Amino acid sequence: MSTGEEPQVSEPTSGEEASLFEELTGVGLEWRTAILVPALAVFSAMVVGAIIIAVTDIDALRLLGTNPGTALAEMWDSIWGAYKWLFLGSMGSLRAVSETLVQATPLILAGLSVAIGFRAGLFNIGAQGQLLVGGMFALFVGFSIHVPVYLHVPLALLAGALGGAIWGAIPGLLKARTGAHEVITTIMMNFIALRLVDYYLKSSWYQAAGRDDPVSKPIEVSAQLPKLFGFLERSDVRAHLGIVVALLAAYGVYWLLFKTTVGYEFRAVGYNPHGAKYAGMSVTWLIVGVMAVAGALAGLAGSDRILGVLHRGTPGFAGTIGFDAITLALLGRSHPWGVVASGLLFGALRAGGQEMQVNTDISLDLILVIQALIVVFIAAPALIRAIYRVKTAREAERLTTGWST
Amino acid sequence: MTAPATVVRSPAEIRRARRLGITYIVLAAFVLWVFGMGSLGEGSATFKLVRPTDRFKDFPDLVLPAAGIAFVIAAALAAFGGIQLTRGFKKLSNVVLAVGFILFIFAFLAWAAAGSSFSLVGMLDESVKRSVPIAMGALAGVMCERVAVINIAIEGMLLGGAFVAAIVGSQFGSFWALVGATMVGVVLAWVLAVLAVRYRVDQIIVGVVINVFVLGLTSFISQRILNQNPHLNNATLLRPIKIPLLGDIPFFGQILFQQNIFVFAMFILVAVMTYSLFHTKWGLRSRAVGEHPKAADTLGVNVYRYRYLNVMMGGAIAGFGGAFYIQGSVGRFDENMTAGKGFVGLAAMIFGRWHPVGAMAAALVFGFADSIQGKLAILKVPIPSEFLLMAPYLATIIVVAGVVGRARPPAADGQPYVKE
Amino acid sequence: MELQLRGITKRFPGVLANDRVDLTVRPGEILGLLGENGAGKTTLMNILYGLYSADEGEILVDGVPRTFSGPGDAIAAGIGMVHQHFMLVPVFTVTENVVLGVEPTRGPGIINMRQARRDVAEISSKYGLEVDPDALIESIPVGVQQRVEIIKVLFRDAEVLVFDEPTAVLTPQEVEEFFGILRGLRDAGKAIVFITHKLKEVLEISDRICVLRRGRTVGERAPGEVDEATLAEMMVGRPVELVVQKAPARPGEVVLEVDDLMVFDDRDHPRVKGVTMSVRAGEIVGVAGVQGNGQTELVEALTGMRHPFSGAIRVLGEVVTRESPRGYHQRHVAHVPEDRQRAGLVLGFTVAENLILDSYYGEPFSHWIRMDWDAIRGTGRRLVEEYDIRTPSIEIPVSNLSGGNQQKVIVAREFSRDVRLIIASQPTRGLDVGSIEYIHERIIRQRDTGAAVVIVSTELDEVMALADRLLVMFGGRIVADLDPTSVTSAQVGLYMAGATP
Repeated sequence: MSTGEEPQVSEPTSGEEASLFEELTGVGLEWRTAILVPALAVFSAMVVGAIIIAVTDIDALRLLGTNPGTALAEMWDSIWGAYKWLFLGSMGSLRAVSETLVQATPLILAGLSVAIGFRAGLFNIGAQGQLLVGGMFALFVGFSIHVPVYLHVPLALLAGALGGAIWGAIPGLLKARTGAHEVITTIMMNFIALRLVDYYLKSSWYQAAGRDDPVSKPIEVSAQLPKLFGFLERSDVRAHLGIVVALLAAYGVYWLLFKTTVGYEFRAVGYNPHGAKYAGMSVTWLIVGVMAVAGALAGLAGSDRILGVLHRGTPGFAGTIGFDAITLALLGRSHPWGVVASGLLFGALRAGGQEMQVNTDISLDLILVIQALIVVFIAAPALIRAIYRVKTAREAERLTTGWST
Repeated sequence: MTAPATVVRSPAEIRRARRLGITYIVLAAFVLWVFGMGSLGEGSATFKLVRPTDRFKDFPDLVLPAAGIAFVIAAALAAFGGIQLTRGFKKLSNVVLAVGFILFIFAFLAWAAAGSSFSLVGMLDESVKRSVPIAMGALAGVMCERVAVINIAIEGMLLGGAFVAAIVGSQFGSFWALVGATMVGVVLAWVLAVLAVRYRVDQIIVGVVINVFVLGLTSFISQRILNQNPHLNNATLLRPIKIPLLGDIPFFGQILFQQNIFVFAMFILVAVMTYSLFHTKWGLRSRAVGEHPKAADTLGVNVYRYRYLNVMMGGAIAGFGGAFYIQGSVGRFDENMTAGKGFVGLAAMIFGRWHPVGAMAAALVFGFADSIQGKLAILKVPIPSEFLLMAPYLATIIVVAGVVGRARPPAADGQPYVKE
Repeated sequence: MELQLRGITKRFPGVLANDRVDLTVRPGEILGLLGENGAGKTTLMNILYGLYSADEGEILVDGVPRTFSGPGDAIAAGIGMVHQHFMLVPVFTVTENVVLGVEPTRGPGIINMRQARRDVAEISSKYGLEVDPDALIESIPVGVQQRVEIIKVLFRDAEVLVFDEPTAVLTPQEVEEFFGILRGLRDAGKAIVFITHKLKEVLEISDRICVLRRGRTVGERAPGEVDEATLAEMMVGRPVELVVQKAPARPGEVVLEVDDLMVFDDRDHPRVKGVTMSVRAGEIVGVAGVQGNGQTELVEALTGMRHPFSGAIRVLGEVVTRESPRGYHQRHVAHVPEDRQRAGLVLGFTVAENLILDSYYGEPFSHWIRMDWDAIRGTGRRLVEEYDIRTPSIEIPVSNLSGGNQQKVIVAREFSRDVRLIIASQPTRGLDVGSIEYIHERIIRQRDTGAAVVIVSTELDEVMALADRLLVMFGGRIVADLDPTSVTSAQVGLYMAGATP
C-alpha cells in the first residue's frame, strides 16, 4: 500500500458536529453512526422478530387459507401480546425496572469484556468461560470465609475477577506465544470451563451437603451484594449493588482506554500490531494483558450472578450472558458508554422476555434472534443505508483479523 | 535468493524440535509410570476385532499383556524423543507424531481394558460415525477458506441442517430431508456471502451472528411448534449399507464398509474435493482467489462469483452434514444438539492444513477422542467423565497452538476484496 | 492494433486523478509515459485495463470506441498489463500462473497441464524469456517473475502491452536485458506503453515520450529533442535539481557496529547471512541491493524489530543485539521503516497520537500511566508547523493524509529528538518529487549535525546520490563496500546481481 499513487488529503470528517460528540463520549464518531444506526437497527430487528412470531403461529397459519381475517387477527394478537409483555416486563413497574437492572448488570460487565478485546483487535468469544470460572472463584470465597460484609463482598468480587483474568490470560498467552487464534482457543476454553463447573459442583469442595445434583453450598449472607431498594422490604425487587459495580467498571474501562498509556497501547495494538511493536510496546504482554483485563471483567459478571442473584452455584448460572455480550459489544460500538446503553437495552429485552415467556407461548429464544438481527443491521451499515436511505459511515468496521497473526 | 550451502536450522525449528522431543519423553515417562506400573498384575487386555453378528465372527481377539505393551510403547516413545532431540525427523516429523499419538492411545486403552475385554471394532466404528459432522464442517470450512472467506458459521449451518432435516424428514421422508438440510446450508451460506463478500462485513462477526441467529430461531421454533407437535420431530433413520464382499472383511469391513450414506458421502466428498481443487479449472481459480484475489481479478477471474459459489457449496456440505444428526444418528431434533461440533470442525480444518484429506484425518482424530469417553465409562476407568468430555477441546487447543507445526492459511484468508 | 485514449477524466473524493487525458499508441512503437508519483499514470492505466471506469472520455481500439467493464474485457480486446506489483500467486507454479483464467482443458473443466506447460515453453523460447515452467513463483527471483508476467500477457495474445514501473525491482543489468526484450516485442509489431518516473530510462527506450503532470498531459516529445532537465521540469512543473547538494562528509566516532549478523525471516529462512559493517557519526552509509536480498531483515534486526539469530550489534559501544525497539529508541536510534503504513504509523490514530508513537510512555506526554493530552497536542502542533505537514488538523486520523505527509509525520517524530543513529529504509518510496527533496534535505541536515545514517533503498540512483559510502547487499551478505563518487551504476549493478567484477 505504501507505493503507488495515493489520493491527496481527502475531505476531513465534519468538524464541529463531530467534536461536540467526541467531547461528550471520547470517541470520534459521527452521531448518525453512533445513535441513528443503532436505533434503526433495533427497530428493524423488532420488525423482523414480529414477522417470525407471525409465521410460527401454527394455528393461525392453518386458518390462513379458510379464514384469513381471523388468522391475521390471531397473528396480530400474538405479536401484540409478545411485545406488550416485553415492554411491561422490562419497564412496566418498579419490579420490572429492577429486573431490567438485574439482567443488565452482568451483560454490561461481560459486554465491557468483549468491547475491550475489540478495541485491542482481539475477539474474545471466551467471555462465557471466563464468566463461569470467575463465578466459581467468587462462589468459593462466598461460602468458605467468614468476614464482615464490607470485606466479604469486595474479596469475593476480587476473587471472581482473578478467576476470570486467569481464564482469559491463557488464550492470550497462547496467542502471543504460539499464534493460536483466540477465536478458536476461547471457544474451546468455554467448553472446558463448562465441564469444570459440572465437575466441581459435584466435588466435595463445592457441593451442598446432602445433595446428589450439582448444586453448591449457599454463600454467606455477608457475601451477598446488598439490595439497592432494601428499605422497601419487597422481596420481588431484586436490584442490587451490582449495577453500581458495573457502572464503575464502565467508567474504569473508559478511563483506561482513553486517558492512560495502557489504553493507548491497547488501542495501538488493536489498530496495528506491527505499529505497536515499532513503537516499542511489548505486543506479547499487551495481548496477555488485554485478555486478562477482559477476563477479569467477565469474571465480575459471573460473580455478579452468584453474589447478586443466585447466592449459590448451579451448572447454568452463567446463562448465555457471555455470548449475548458479543452482540452487545457490537451494538455499543465497543465504547464503554455504548456498552452501558446496549446492556440496559438487552437487560430490558431479557427481563421483558422472561415475562413474555411466562405469559404467552413465545419462548425467550426470540430474544436471541432479535439480538442477532440487531447486530446484522449494525455490522452492515450498508443494509441500514439501503433500507432507510440515511447517510452512514461508508465502510463496515474491521474488528477481527484472519487466522494469520 | 540462493540456498545456503550449509543447512542451518532456524530458531523456530530448533524450539519446536526441542518441545516435541520433550513431549515424547514426558509421554514415555507417563506411559511407563501410570499405564505400565498401573497395570502390573492386572493381566491381559482383550480387544475384540469383530462383532458377533459379523460373517467372520470367529476371527480371533487381540489379547495383549497390558503391562508389557505399556513398557514396549514407553520405550518406543522414549526412542522417538531421543531421535527428535538429537537428529530430528525432518520431513517425517508429523507422521512420527501421529504414530506416537496412536501408540499412546493404545497404551491407554490397554491399561483401561486390562483384565477385561473391550470392543476395539465398536469404538472405531463409533469414531468414524462421530467424525462425520466434524469432517463435513471441516470440509465446508476448506471450501470457504480456499477462497479466503472465514466461515465461523459452520456450527449454525450444521444446526440449521439438523433442524430442517428433522422436520422435513418427519413429513416427506429421508430423501427430501437431505435436500432440505442441504438447501438451508446454502441459504445460510448465501447470507454469509452477501454480508462478507458484498457488504464486506467482518467475516468472523457475521459467522458468530449467524450462529446466534440459528440457535435462537431453531430453539424458538422447537419450543413453539415441535414441542406441541411431536409428529413433526420424528424422522426415520437411514440404515447402514453393507457393501458386498468389502463389508465382510473382518475388522476393517465393519468400520469402513458397513456404514450409512453419510460416511460414504464423506469419503466420496474428500476424494472429489481433493481432485477438483488441484486438477480442475475451478480449483485453480478458487485457490488463486484465496491466495491473491487481485491477481485473479486482473486475469478476468470473477473474484466475487467464486467466493459466492464456493461459500454456498461449503454451506451445502455443512447443511448436509447437519442432517447426520437426524437421519444418521438420533432421528429427532434437540435444541443446540450440535454442541460446538462446528467449531471442532473448524479446528480440524486448521489441523488438516486446509486440505480435504488432512481435514478428514483430523476429524477422525476428534471423532476418536469423542467416542472414547462413552466407551471408557463401561470400563470404569478412574477418570471423571467431565474430564474425558474435555479431551476433544483440549486437543483442539493443543493443535491450534501449533504442536504440529504452523501451517499457512490461504494468503488472503479473512480479507474482503475491494474491487476498484 | 492502435489504441487511443480520448479525454479521459477520473475523479476520486477530493482528487482529480486524470483530467482530459489524450494518448495514442501504435503498433511497433514504444510510448514512454512519464510522470512523478501521484501524477495519475497508474490511474490512467487502470482505466485502460478495466479496473476503474472513467468518469468521462473514451477508449478507442483501431478507431472503434470500446468500454471495458473489467480486466476480462480489456484482455479480450488485446490489452495486456504488467503491474507495478506483480500479480502472481506465490504458491503457484509458473505454468499455473500463466494459464490462470484461460486454462487449456481436457474433459469437463480438467486442466491439461501438459499442454499448458508446452505452451509456456513455446512462448518462452519464441521471445527469449527464459523460465522454468514448474518452478514455484515464491522460489524464483523478481527478475524471472517479471518474465512470467510478460509470458502471461503474451499467452493471452495481447497486442498492446502496458508496463507499469517495470524497472523498479531490477538491477541495471537486468534493466538492459529487459529493454532488449521490449525492443524484441516492438519489432514483433506489438504496441508498448512504458510507464515510469525515471528520466534516463524513458529517454533510452522510448520512441515517443508523453509527460503527465497532476492528471494532465503536459506535452509529447521525441527522445532526440529533449534532455533530462527539460523532461524533469515538464514532469514537476518547475526546475528541479537533479543532484543532491551536500558537503563532503566528516566522519567521526563509530556509532553502529555490526558483527557477523545472521537473521531469519518469519518463514524460517535465513535472510541475513553474516553481515559485518560499521557506520560513523556524520556519514551516510547507503545499502543498495535488489529487493529481497535480506535488507528488510537487516533493518529489522538493526532496530530491534527482529531478534538476530547470531552475531552482535553495538550502538555507541554498547551491545544491543537483543534489545527491543524501545531499547534502540532510548539509545537515540531513529527508525524510518520500509512500509510506513504497516509499521511506522497507526493509521487509525490521529496525527497528534502518531507524533508520539514511540515516546508516549514518558515525560512530558504522560505522567506515570496518565496521558497528558495537552502536552501531546502542543507537541503535535509544533511539529506539524516545523516539518510542514499538510493536514487540516492534528486531530484527524493520519490515514487521511497523503503519502508524502504521512512520511513527514514519521520523519518529524523520529528526527525531532536527540538522534545519534538513523536507520531509514526506502525513505522516499512512492513520494512526489517535492517530498523526496524535502526528506533528502532533512537526512543530510541530520548527518551534518553529527548523526550516523544508514539508508537502505532499492532505488540505486537515490542511494548513490545520498550516500558517502555505499554497501551492496546480495544473497544476505554485504558483497561490496564502495565509494559512490568513483563507481558507475553499471558497476554497482554487477554487485547487486551477485557477480564479482
